[in-house]
Amino acid sequence: MCTSKRRLARSVLLCGILLTSGTGLLGADDGPLGLGRPATEAELRAWDIDVAPTGEGLPPGQGTAQEGARIFSSRCASCHGVTGKEGPAPQLVGGQDTLATKHPVKTVGSYWPYATTLYDYIRRAMPFPAPQSLAAEEVYAVTAWILAQNGIIAQDAVMDAVSLPQVRMPNRNGFTQDPRPDVPAK
Amino acid sequence: MAHDELTPSDPPPVESPAEGQADGRSAVSRRALLTGAAAWAGATAAQAVWSPLEAAPISASKPAPGTEDTTRIPGHPPTPYGKRSAFERDLRLAGATSSLAPLQALYGILTPSALHFERHHNGVPVIDPARHRLLVHGLVEKPMTFTLEELKRFPSRSRLTFIECAGNSAGEWHKPEGRTAQEIHGLMSTSEWTGVPLALLLREVGAKPEAAWMLAEGADAGAMTRSIPLAQALEEALVCYAQNGEALRPEQGYPLRLLLPGWEGNANVKWLRRLKLGQAPFMTRDETARYTDLMPDGTARQFTLVMEAKSVITSPSGGQQVAPGFVEIRGLAWSGRGRIAHVDVSTNGGRTWQPAQLQDPVLPRCATAFRLPWRWDGQEATLQSRCMDDTGYVQPTRQTLVSVRGVNSVYHYNAIQSWLIAPNGTVHNVHV
Repeated sequence: MCTSKRRLARSVLLCGILLTSGTGLLGADDGPLGLGRPATEAELRAWDIDVAPTGEGLPPGQGTAQEGARIFSSRCASCHGVTGKEGPAPQLVGGQDTLATKHPVKTVGSYWPYATTLYDYIRRAMPFPAPQSLAAEEVYAVTAWILAQNGIIAQDAVMDAVSLPQVRMPNRNGFTQDPRPDVPAK
Repeated sequence: MAHDELTPSDPPPVESPAEGQADGRSAVSRRALLTGAAAWAGATAAQAVWSPLEAAPISASKPAPGTEDTTRIPGHPPTPYGKRSAFERDLRLAGATSSLAPLQALYGILTPSALHFERHHNGVPVIDPARHRLLVHGLVEKPMTFTLEELKRFPSRSRLTFIECAGNSAGEWHKPEGRTAQEIHGLMSTSEWTGVPLALLLREVGAKPEAAWMLAEGADAGAMTRSIPLAQALEEALVCYAQNGEALRPEQGYPLRLLLPGWEGNANVKWLRRLKLGQAPFMTRDETARYTDLMPDGTARQFTLVMEAKSVITSPSGGQQVAPGFVEIRGLAWSGRGRIAHVDVSTNGGRTWQPAQLQDPVLPRCATAFRLPWRWDGQEATLQSRCMDDTGYVQPTRQTLVSVRGVNSVYHYNAIQSWLIAPNGTVHNVHV
């Protein structure tokens, strides 16, 4: 099925569920209940931190691998290793061409399909002992360093809201949809 | 009848002084327990372990708790918040980022909240419910925030459902790694959950028709996020504030969590603080780098959200001791796609099967208890259970599962579990 068809089918279904649920759950009254209050701009600014593959959500700022090397060394290397390979925290670098082998090594370079995910994840969850403590420029720089260590971008490439979504990850086409049930009974 | 056996690798019993051991009066030591268990093989665990004859201290000035004639001593007064008997010792098995439920020690289908498995990505946050807010925004007419009190005013729904971590039993892909039902399959638990239907919340904010995916984000130090395909989720999803009749436990997302019945645990985002509607998946770390299933050809399956049917015999199971004679084989079966329709049990490694009895209630996307009466003749036996759900899906053998998916997909292992009963009555995890 082509994507647009599927999207349309989903939208129709979504509307259907919302309408059905409304009448089904509430009886005659199918309007809003008037609970909650409008979100403020400040609330949205503080919490809306996700970054999509399109680059939507990326903040202003920029960084390069050269700048990232210093930050990685002081804030990340104690868990991920000085080259991003040693651990003990998950290996970030290397592993390319191992996914179909007996011992696959899943890293940012070998496995992650989107560079934007790296920005999103570092921004929200890293460094592990002090999440959300890096400034936007620092997140760009560390992102650049990890991508450069994997040979995906050049050492002097500038990562920002425009360039990062354009980074082509080696395993970008490595993912498939859920085909289950896929295992026969016998 | 089989009963549980404590072994050196079990976690040490944790007791507060109020539970009666720290003052040295208790003779109910680990050693006594083990001795009791061994001496009374064939009786029930409770009888064997806590017999006054076995446990009574010889030189204590006061009788040990549980050894007095309780008809001659007034009991303790009512308490504001109950706790289990000091004689009960079953615990979660805790690691750095998860803890496993002691499936082999539980009865029925509900997991006591205090024993419900945990999995978190940077610890359990301490959240004041009075300060907690849920923000709903993105492709909506009206971005809104809700307090807990407001969410509790919405029409509510309660349902019993299991939650299973996608990584449950992951050690079994390569070799029989775990020893007990808890170690192997303990990232599955069942509760009654209460909350607001997600559909009502989305109607309140005016979800736009082009919204197809929803980002759910937690207020934990991982700010855990997952993208949820709305069309599949909307019919059953709840935003929950209660578990087993009271507020959620902190480990299960207090004060608010997403509940997606039948879907992998990770998608049921805990400490929920934000829902954002969009047209496409957000491709978060936990739906790209993690929780994707690597196949032998090097491709990986993404958004494998449903937990397929699975069953496990919890008694007799690994680490327990069986006595010859009557044994009630007991276990749990569950399917993320619907109701359990049928469970078969084999005592000869899958050569022949007998239908097990299912215990009511048999609910969709909920653990179902099964049982089969059996007599163990003292010969080596391999116990297996195999379930089928109401879609006709049959739980696969390990061999069949691995033949399709290889051994490196990490997640969604649901193969038939084999327990080998040795002639000495010990029970072991084996792959047949």
